[in-house]
Amino acid sequence: MDFDQMPILVVVVPLLFSFVIPVLGWWKKSLAFPLVVIAIAVSLLSSFQIAFTVFQHGPIDYYLGGWDPPWGIAYRIDHLSAFMVVLISIISLLICVYSKASIEKEAPGKEVHFYCIFLLLFTGLMGMVVTGDMFNIYVFLEISSLTAYALIAIGDERGAFAAFKYVVIGTVGACFYLLGVGYLYIVTGSLNMQDLSEILPGLYQSKVVLVAAIFFTVGIGIKMGLFPLHTWLPGAYAHAPSAVSAYIAPLMTKVGAYMFIRVMFTVFNPSFSFEVLPLTEILSWIAAVAIIYGSIIAISQSDLKKMLAYSSISQVGYIVLGITMGNRLGFEGGLLHILNHAFMKGCLFAVAGAIIYRQSTRNIEDFGYLHRKMPLTALAFAIAALSMVGIPPTAGFFSKWYLILGAVESQNWIFVGIIMISSLLNAVYFFKVIEHIYWHPRTDAAAKAGQVTPIVMKEAPTSMLIPMLILAAGVLFLGFLSHWIVETLLVHAVPSGIL
Amino acid sequence: MDLLLSHFNYFIYIILMMVGFYAMMGKRNLVKKLVGMNIFQWSIILFFVSIGAKKGGTIPIVEGVHGHGVDVVVQAGQYVNPLPHVLMLTAIVVGVGTTGLSLALLLTLYKKYKTLEEDEIMRKL
Repeated sequence: MDFDQMPILVVVVPLLFSFVIPVLGWWKKSLAFPLVVIAIAVSLLSSFQIAFTVFQHGPIDYYLGGWDPPWGIAYRIDHLSAFMVVLISIISLLICVYSKASIEKEAPGKEVHFYCIFLLLFTGLMGMVVTGDMFNIYVFLEISSLTAYALIAIGDERGAFAAFKYVVIGTVGACFYLLGVGYLYIVTGSLNMQDLSEILPGLYQSKVVLVAAIFFTVGIGIKMGLFPLHTWLPGAYAHAPSAVSAYIAPLMTKVGAYMFIRVMFTVFNPSFSFEVLPLTEILSWIAAVAIIYGSIIAISQSDLKKMLAYSSISQVGYIVLGITMGNRLGFEGGLLHILNHAFMKGCLFAVAGAIIYRQSTRNIEDFGYLHRKMPLTALAFAIAALSMVGIPPTAGFFSKWYLILGAVESQNWIFVGIIMISSLLNAVYFFKVIEHIYWHPRTDAAAKAGQVTPIVMKEAPTSMLIPMLILAAGVLFLGFLSHWIVETLLVHAVPSGIL
Repeated sequence: MDLLLSHFNYFIYIILMMVGFYAMMGKRNLVKKLVGMNIFQWSIILFFVSIGAKKGGTIPIVEGVHGHGVDVVVQAGQYVNPLPHVLMLTAIVVGVGTTGLSLALLLTLYKKYKTLEEDEIMRKL
C-alpha cells in the first residue's frame, strides 16, 4: 500500500469508479450499488490514513505530476482538510447505504445513473477539501454543483423547477468565485494558496485585491446559503429525493463554509479579514440575522422537509457567526458545529426520508401516533431534534456552548442573546413535530373515517434504518467526545493569527 | 477617455455581464434566463482570455526544443500568456455542461407543464 499517494487516491478512486459504474451497470444492474460502496469505503480508509498522518506528522503536501508549485497543482492537507475529509467520507458511506431502498422506490429504473452521479458528487466534495490550488477548487466546485443539480431534479413534481432555480443562482455564485480567482491572478500571477498567502500581504491596499475579496464573499455566500443569498436552498432541499436531501444538506453548505475559511483566513490573512476590510464584522451581523430568520420561517412550515431546510439556513448562520467572531473559542465552536450539524441534519433528513417511504406524507399534521408505527425512527428523530435545540449531553449543546463562550469573550452580548433566543425558537418547531409524533392521536385515513384498526408496526427497511441509527448514535457520541475533539483535533485546525 | 481606451476589455466584460444578469432576473421565459446565464459565463471567459494578451506577443511555443530536454532562456514578454487560456478551457467545458444540464431540465419542465413561462409554471405548481 503506497501511503504517499493517499491524497490523490481519495479523489481518483471515486472518479474512476464513477466511469466504471455506467458501463458495468448497463451490463448488469445489480452491480452498481456494491461498486459505489466499495469506492466510498476505499476513500474512507484513505481519509482515515491521511488524518492519522496529518495529526502525527503535520500537513501533507502532494504535488500532482511531480511539478512543484506554483507551476503545478499542489494538494495540501492540513488539520482542517483532514477533519473535513473524514467527515465527508463517513456521512457519504452512511447515506450511500441509506439510499439503496429509497432510490429504488422514488426513481425506479434509474439507479445506475443515480449511483454514477452520486459518486461524482462525492468526488467533487472530496476534491474541494484536499486541494491547495484556487482554480482546482473551482473545478471541483462545479463538478459537485452540476451533479447536485442533476440529483435534485430527480425529485418529486417540483424537483425540476427547484433544480433550475438552483442552477441559475448557483452558476452565478461559481462565476463570482471564478472572477475573484481571476482578479487575484492578475495581480499576483499565482494560483497556489500558499504562494498567494505569501505574496498578498504586500498588496492589501490595492483595489483589485479588495474587489476580489468581495467577489469571493458573495460567490461563496451563494454556495453556502448565507442569509440574503439563500433563496435556492428551501426549494432544492425540500423537493429533492429523500436520499439526495440527506446527502446534500449535511455536506454541501459545510464544504462551502470550508471554502470560505480557506479563502478568508489562509489565502487572505486574518489581519486582512478583520482589519483592512470589516468583512468579518459585517458577516457576523448577517449571520446573526440568518439565525433568527431561518428559525422564524421554520416555525410556520407544515412540510417537514421545508422546515428542515429553513432550519439549515439558520445553522449556516451559526457556523458563519462562529467563524467570523474573531477569537479562538468562537472559531472552534463554528468548526464543531460543522461536524455536529452534518450528523444532526443527516439524521433528520434520513428520518424524513424514512417517514416518506413508509407513510407517503410529509405534512407534520399527519404524523399522529408515528411512535407506535415507526418507533426507532421516532427515537432517532427525537435524539437529533434534542441536539438541534441544544440539550446536553447531545452534540448540539456543546457547539452552541463554544459559540456562546466565544461571544462572551469578545463581549458581544447581542450575539449571546441571539444564540439563546434562536435555541428557544428551534425548540418551538422541533417540539411541535415531536409532539405530533408522540402525543397526537392517529390521523391516517382509517382513523379519520372513524374506524378502529389495529396499529401495525412497520418500521423503515433495515438498509435505511441502520445508517439513521448510526447517525443518531453519532450525535450522542460526539456530544460525549466534544471536549476531546476540540482539544486534540480542532485546536490545530484554527488558522494561525486568530487569538 | 484614456481609462476607457486602455481598459476597454474590463468595460466590455462588465457590460456583457450586466446584460446577462438582467436577462436572468428580468425575463420571464426560462430559456431567456438560461441564455442570460450563458452570456454571464461567457463574458467572464472573454475577460480572462483578454488579460493574457500582450502587445506584439506571439504564440507561446518555443521553437526547436521540444523533447530535447534542453533549457532555453526566453523573454516572457514576447509570448502571450497561455495560462488564462488553459484555465478558460476548463471554464468553457463547465459552461457547456451547465447549459446541457439546464436544457435537459427545461425539456422535463416543458413535458410536465406544457409551458416555459416562469409565472405560468409558478401558478401550476
